[in-house]
Amino acid sequence: MFKVKVTVMFRKSVLDPQGAAVERALKGGGISFPEVSSVRVGKVVELMMSGTDARSVEERARLLADRILANPVMEEYAVEVEPLS
Amino acid sequence: MKNMKKIRAAVVVFPGSNCDRDAQRAIKAAIGVEARLVWHKESSMENFDLIVLPGGFSFGDYLRTGAIARYSPVMAEVIRQAKRGARVLGICNGFQILTEAGLLPGALLRNQNLLFLSRDVWLRVENNATAFTRAYGKKQVIRLPIAHGDGNYFIDDEGYKKLEGEGRVVLRYCASDGSDEAAPNGARGNIAGIVNETGNVLGLMPHPERLTEPILGGADGRRMFESL
Repeated sequence: MFKVKVTVMFRKSVLDPQGAAVERALKGGGISFPEVSSVRVGKVVELMMSGTDARSVEERARLLADRILANPVMEEYAVEVEPLS
Repeated sequence: MKNMKKIRAAVVVFPGSNCDRDAQRAIKAAIGVEARLVWHKESSMENFDLIVLPGGFSFGDYLRTGAIARYSPVMAEVIRQAKRGARVLGICNGFQILTEAGLLPGALLRNQNLLFLSRDVWLRVENNATAFTRAYGKKQVIRLPIAHGDGNYFIDDEGYKKLEGEGRVVLRYCASDGSDEAAPNGARGNIAGIVNETGNVLGLMPHPERLTEPILGGADGRRMFESL
């Protein structure tokens, strides 16, 4: 078995209103973190996949990320595969 | 509409659709056609002239709006019929499903102000030569309700130029007098509705089916169905 982690983020060219709201909150009165900038909010999907080797599992994981977990029009993704002993 | 053969219409129902009956009723009120409700699990259906993907929150809008519905068995059939030339009308969540399915370009992001917007908006009919808008006047200003959290239309520069150049921007948010006004949801170019290259697939965020009879407070949506 392999543990797969897919991280999905908006493309740089896409404004992320959620990130902007979090950034305003971080910099604002209640919790003052003025050093913060460029906040982006994305999502992480964890899943288990069966397969023979990490390479082929990653290939399958990229396929499912591309087809459903991320929308390439507005998002990009990263895939991490960790073999479970 | 006289002397015309009645069209065959379907409204697709996904788990979480909530405007399917409204669409069915609107079609009946506007053009006297009894649309068939088609469950999303159906992997084959007879040919229709009009297929509506209704508003709602298919699959709870989990992951992304429309992302899961896009892989429902019925969608392969919707895509097939769209390629055949059937008219496909995606309203709100239906629009989101159409972009996810690749039948329309771009994507719908969270509203810029992160609020769920539920109110009437003014719209300008930018192209009244489409199969969906021919009953409207040129640049006619109409009023329709919106009710969405993810209606912020996004498309890259190249795609935007293409849409604009090909007259595929069908509806734009505007002020009550028809002048330009920023879209309430932050949509690029104030886009509220677009058609595909062949003009038989329309997606829009506002709800024409909710204003088709005066008793509902207005009938500006009725002409969209009469156009068909």
